[in-house]
Amino acid sequence: MSEAHIPQIQLIGLTKIYPIPGGEVHALQDINLTIEKSDIYGIIGMSGAGKSTLIRCLNRLDTPNDGKILIDGKDVLAMDKKALRATRRRMAMIFQQFNLLMQKSVARNVRYPLEIAGVPDAEADKRVVELLKIVGLENKAKAYPAQLSGGQKQRVAIARALASNPEMLLCDEATSALDPMTTQSILDLLKRINTEMGITIVLITHEMSVIRQICNKVAILDGGKLVESGTVDEVFKHTKSSAGKRLFDVLPSHTEKEDELTHPALRIVFDGESSSQPIISRLSKDLGIDVNILSANVHQLNGNTYGQMIIQRPEDPGDVKRVMDYLRQFKLNVEEVSG
Amino acid sequence: MDWSQLAPLLWEGTLDTLYMTFWSSLFAYVIGLPLGILLVVTRKDGIMPAPGFNSILGVVINFLRSIPFIIMLAMLFPVTRAVMGSAIGTRPIIFPLVISAFPYVARMVESSLEEVDHGIIEAAQSMGSTNAQIIFKVLLVEAVPSLVNGAAISITTILGYTALASAAGGGGLGALAIVKGMNVRNYELMYSASIMLVIIVQVITVIGTRLTRSLDHKRR
Repeated sequence: MSEAHIPQIQLIGLTKIYPIPGGEVHALQDINLTIEKSDIYGIIGMSGAGKSTLIRCLNRLDTPNDGKILIDGKDVLAMDKKALRATRRRMAMIFQQFNLLMQKSVARNVRYPLEIAGVPDAEADKRVVELLKIVGLENKAKAYPAQLSGGQKQRVAIARALASNPEMLLCDEATSALDPMTTQSILDLLKRINTEMGITIVLITHEMSVIRQICNKVAILDGGKLVESGTVDEVFKHTKSSAGKRLFDVLPSHTEKEDELTHPALRIVFDGESSSQPIISRLSKDLGIDVNILSANVHQLNGNTYGQMIIQRPEDPGDVKRVMDYLRQFKLNVEEVSG
Repeated sequence: MDWSQLAPLLWEGTLDTLYMTFWSSLFAYVIGLPLGILLVVTRKDGIMPAPGFNSILGVVINFLRSIPFIIMLAMLFPVTRAVMGSAIGTRPIIFPLVISAFPYVARMVESSLEEVDHGIIEAAQSMGSTNAQIIFKVLLVEAVPSLVNGAAISITTILGYTALASAAGGGGLGALAIVKGMNVRNYELMYSASIMLVIIVQVITVIGTRLTRSLDHKRR
C-alpha cells in the first residue's frame, strides 16, 4: 500500500463560537480546507465573515471550540506548549498593524526570533543582514519602526517572519493598511518569497485584487461558513455562491441590484487568456446579432483581461446557442444567468 | 537663625531624606515590579491567565493601598521592631515606607505594562516565544519609557511619605520642617526645609521626564 498523501495544512470541521451577551456568535462553522505545500492560498470574505478568526486559529492565537488543525498531519490543538512553540516557528505570521517592537531598532526586531531560538550572536547578526537585504531595507538597520513608512514596516515584519526559516507564512490582512502602490510592492515581495523559497502562504483579505494578483487557490468565507474553495481560475470561472459573486463583482455589489437584473442574461468570464473588446464587436459583426451589454467589470492585469460581462440574452433560443458557441470558441466561459 | 546655622541642618536633612527615599523606592520596586507584572499577565486576557489569583492579588493590593501611611506606621510598629531591630529612627522607618509604597508601585507598573499594544504580544507569541521571553524581552522592553516615567512619580510619592517620618522619630527634611520648624515656630527652618523638598521633587521630575523622552523611540 502506498502512503497516503499528507497535506501541509488541513482543517477539519473547524468551529469557533464566541459567547456574546444574550447568545452566541458562530464565527466559524464546520470549516474544511486543505492547503498544499507552496500554495498561495487566499481566504476572502467581507468583514465579519470569520476570516481573521480562521487564520488566528491556525497558529492557535485563537482556540477553536471544535475541529482539527493538522499541520503535516499533526493536530495543533493537541500539542503541548513546547510543540506548539516549535510549530509556530515553522509558521510565521505578519499582521495588518505590523506589530513591530517599537522600542527596538529594525535590526533588533528582525533579530528577535533568532534571539529567542538561541541562535549565536555572530550567526544572528549575519542572518539579520541577509534578511534585510531580501526585503530591501539594508540601509534601515539602525532606524526605529516609528521612523518608517507603512510599507517599510511591513517589510521589516516580513524579514522578521522569515528569520526562523518558516515553511509557512500567515498574512492577516497584511496589505489592508497600505496604499495601492505599496500593496503592490508587498504582494510582489510575497510572491517572490513563495517562488524562491517555496514558502506556503496563507493570506486573508477582503480585497479581490489581492487574490487575483498572487493567489493560486482561494476560499470564500461568508457568515462563518466556507461557501466556495478551489483554484482561483476555477472559482473565478464558475462562481456559485452569492458571496463569491459579490466579491468577484459578477453582480453589482449591492444585493438590491441583483433584483434589477430582470432580463435573462448571459455571463461571460474573462480569465486573462483573451481580451474583451474585439471579441464582443466581432461577435456582433460575425453573427449579425446586436449585443446589449448590461454590465461589465473587467480589469487589465499584466496585459491580460480579467473580469466578467453580463450581456442581454437574445430572444431567439437559436441565437442564444450561436452566441454561446461563438464565445466558447475563444475558450471563454459563458453561462446563462437570471435575476 | 542665620544661614550658617541653617545650612548644616538642611544638608543633614537632605541626606536623610535621600537615604530613606532611595532605599524605600528600591525595595518597593523589588516587591512591586514583579507584582505589577503578575497583575498584567494573570488577567483573563493575559498571557498566563489566572483570573482567581488576579482578583485576590488585586484586593490585597487595594487593601494595603487604602491604609493611610501614618496609620500603617503605627500598625506596623511591632513588625518593624522585629524586622529592623528598632521601630524608631531614620533607618527603621524604611520598612513601613516599603510596605506602604509597594502596592502603589505595583499599580504603577501594571498601568505601564498595560499600555503595551496587545498586537505586539501576539506577534511575539506567533514567533514561538515562551512566556518568560514575552515578559522580559517584549513587555518590559516596550514599556521602558512608561516605567521610567512611573518610577519618577513613585519616587516623588515615596519622598512625600518620608516627610512623615518624624512621627516615628525619623529624620529628614520633613521632620526638620515639622519638629524643629513648625512645632517651635522656627519659620525660617520650616520654610527652608520645605523649599529644599520642593527642589528635590522638581529635580526628580525633570530627570524623569527627560529620561522618558530620550528612551522613547516611539515618538520620532
